[in-house]
Amino acid sequence: MPVTVKTFGSASEAASALSSERGARYLGGGTLIMRALNEGDIAISTVVRATDQALARIDVTSSRITIGAGVTFAKILAERELAFLHAPARSIGGPAVRNMGTVGGNLFAPNPYGDFTVALLALDATVSVQGGLGARDLPIEEFLQSRERQSGALVLAVACQRPASAEAFRYRKIARIKPKGGSVITLAAHLPVSGGRITGARIALGSMAAMQIRARAAERALEGRALDEAAINAAAAVAAEGVSPADNALGSGWYRREIVGVHLRRLLSGLE
Amino acid sequence: MTKTPLQFRHNGRDVALFVDGGVNLLVALREGIGDMTPKFGCGQGGCGACSVLIDGELHLSCLTLAEAANGRSIQTLDGLKDGPNLHPLQRAFMEQFAAQCGYCTPGMLMAAKALLDRNPSPTRAEVVEAISGNICRCTGYEPIINAVLAAASGGRARA
Repeated sequence: MPVTVKTFGSASEAASALSSERGARYLGGGTLIMRALNEGDIAISTVVRATDQALARIDVTSSRITIGAGVTFAKILAERELAFLHAPARSIGGPAVRNMGTVGGNLFAPNPYGDFTVALLALDATVSVQGGLGARDLPIEEFLQSRERQSGALVLAVACQRPASAEAFRYRKIARIKPKGGSVITLAAHLPVSGGRITGARIALGSMAAMQIRARAAERALEGRALDEAAINAAAAVAAEGVSPADNALGSGWYRREIVGVHLRRLLSGLE
Repeated sequence: MTKTPLQFRHNGRDVALFVDGGVNLLVALREGIGDMTPKFGCGQGGCGACSVLIDGELHLSCLTLAEAANGRSIQTLDGLKDGPNLHPLQRAFMEQFAAQCGYCTPGMLMAAKALLDRNPSPTRAEVVEAISGNICRCTGYEPIINAVLAAASGGRARA
């Protein structure tokens, strides 16, 4: 069934078109929306696009980075200043998908996808959203919790603080097929250290619930401690607290629950 | 529903056609201008059979909105050969028995071309990475990887 395609020069025009029609969806890289159209999704009546170059911009300052929603994973991999995000970007799809898929679209990617969002959740990113009532910035957790209601809003950019060191941010995706495959579990940890102790740890998990979640019990187990064996064991022991993983072709919920602690231990220990 | 006019470069030649709203580039190429070299595999971005180059970058034509190709340069397998002469990658695929049923071959060749265009002497690991978005259910990949490496070193020998 043919759909109407509306292309706009500015993101704000695209956002108003998106919020004014229930069946409108924003087309970024196409890896989600075109897939739905190819499958004959009748919920989509209008495809909204924006050619606004602002959506493809990357702004890097000494402490903070802002990535336009239309930035592709290939573009992140080409940006040396974003080296800390190269592991999550590289873990997504094959080269063609990385040339197409965008940071903004990844926020809407269902399990077993959405790996980049796991990294952004650990990094406590802010999501800039343009809705019918104007633009606003949301903490990524709040954004994810209201994701189902965000389809009428347009994501403009994501922003986060740059980790203090390469050690402070870690990422790991467990997949059945290497180098490309859907996620069995995706883990990311931001571990800021002050005076030898972890302060403000954030651990995010993908494929462990309906959407990306934080492993809060594991974060608490690390808080105020040095990243030693005892702290790592304590965090790994409670990694499955609060998770509700589903069964899919890549693994059962039971399996995911059993192995999340193992992979968290490896992530925290810096083991491959 | 009105049709949308569309113009792009197809293997170095300007083409113009009309498409229905929401149609993907693969349909535009196959049904619109009769280029049957890109294949429909999964329609989900999982198999790579529809891979084409858009402005030199590897893209999945089944996940590309046809209208997004307007004004851009599309290269498909159909444009790889030079008249009667096969491209070095095509020759290497033939010599290394890299095609069995052949359905994945157009996508594999375009993914390999995207790699060699930017990295003329890749390592084995780089070849594996470059074709990681392309599924082959016949060959077990080894002959394909060997063919890409052979085409790359053949290119060096001639240079």
